[in-house]
Amino acid sequence: MADATSVQRRDDPAAATVSHVAAELGGVWREFGERVVLRDVTMDVSRGSTLSVLGPNGAGKTTLLRILATLLRPSAGQVSVLGATLPRDAWRVRGRITYLGHEPLLYRDLTGAENLRFHARLHGLPGDGADRIDHLLDSVRMSRRADELVRNLSAGMVQRLAVCRAVLHEPELLLLDEPRSHLDPEAAELIEPVLGPEPGRTRVIVTHDVDAALAEADLILALRAGGSVAYAGPANGLSAGDARAIYGGGP
Amino acid sequence: MSAGAHPSQRPRASSATALRAILAKDLRVELRTLQSVPAMALFAVTTFVLFRYGLDRESLSGGLAAGVLLATVLFAAIIAINRLFVAEREEGGFDAIRLAPVDATALLGAKAAALVIYLVVLEAIAVPVFALFFLDSASGIPPLAGVLVLVDLGLAATGVLISSIAANSRARDLLVPLILLPLLVPVMIAAAGASQELLAAGGPSYDGVAKWLAVLAFYDMTFAAVGFAVYDYLLED
Repeated sequence: MADATSVQRRDDPAAATVSHVAAELGGVWREFGERVVLRDVTMDVSRGSTLSVLGPNGAGKTTLLRILATLLRPSAGQVSVLGATLPRDAWRVRGRITYLGHEPLLYRDLTGAENLRFHARLHGLPGDGADRIDHLLDSVRMSRRADELVRNLSAGMVQRLAVCRAVLHEPELLLLDEPRSHLDPEAAELIEPVLGPEPGRTRVIVTHDVDAALAEADLILALRAGGSVAYAGPANGLSAGDARAIYGGGP
Repeated sequence: MSAGAHPSQRPRASSATALRAILAKDLRVELRTLQSVPAMALFAVTTFVLFRYGLDRESLSGGLAAGVLLATVLFAAIIAINRLFVAEREEGGFDAIRLAPVDATALLGAKAAALVIYLVVLEAIAVPVFALFFLDSASGIPPLAGVLVLVDLGLAATGVLISSIAANSRARDLLVPLILLPLLVPVMIAAAGASQELLAAGGPSYDGVAKWLAVLAFYDMTFAAVGFAVYDYLLED
């Protein structure tokens, strides 16, 4: 059932044409010691499209995202992101991608605003990104709590700050690992425009929400427990029932 | 609201900018939490008290004075070295820095600078206490500052490297002293050689001090060069 696929966004009038590829995986394997976490994953993601990655716990979704984020090397296979071959040319794409994982990548003994200024400096944003930070904090309604230490904030507030951190430098490729985790429905709605589709923005989203994945994605990569590919292709080629079957009938 | 130029056209943050950002972050966190320097200072003063009663001597000079001071500074430094990368490991700092378009050596430089600052603050507290407890005359203290600066640079050059290697190990608290202390033997030999002349009974003598300072400077430069050469590879998985 696995195949390599490249499509553009559904609402793109040029959807029939093949566009530049944002991420390419060719026969990617990843092992930790004797344990195989990813098995022969092949997938192309065109620029501007959204790929949802589905699969039960232990299917290698986070590992896949960390490989694309340049944080982990594949054990075998080819990986290319925004035209750069990984891991060799990782330096070329750092700053053009972002990774929002289970850890917010925020220092608990700094305030939210201090954390964002720190990341703005690392990314070389002009004026330490002050305007951009104000805008993002306002977008996720964290302006009034921005001067509190991160350790004193709730998990949902920290996740909102992590979303700001992730898009602060206007990355071209967003690698999002369950971005709505810890968020109540209202907060989840707040972050949608911040993490949502934009021209030229490619998104790879790990989620357990099958319905949301099928609704928002152009492509689906479904991984079985053990890291083998159950489905890799257009979202409209996979039914909700088949997607749920990957979880063994759940979730 | 734009963040300026498109990321693909935006210049990489210079290593100096990233270094300053990481150093400022570390100093801010230390000032806010007081996790390293107060513990180092308390350890040093307590150790001097133990030496004072353990040796049952009211004054020290020469090699013994140098040994007491340098061993205390070295073990106090281990406290800070063990904690250098705690936030990076536990709060995702390693990933955040690797995701940014900056050289890993900015992290190395920032951590080394932070450690040197912690050690200078420690010595500003510990050396006067040492002089009060053990020295008949403080005339050897001003020239000793030069030796301590070179010791601090050596501790920083090796300490950051080893702490970074150990950071992702479960046995990191054990690994740092086990690997670091043997590497620091040359620093202790050279520093003790220089210090014992400066802390000699009857006032400082400068015989052979230049030779030991040159050894210290050579050690510092060697480990700094090794760190900058290998750190990019160390930070990758």
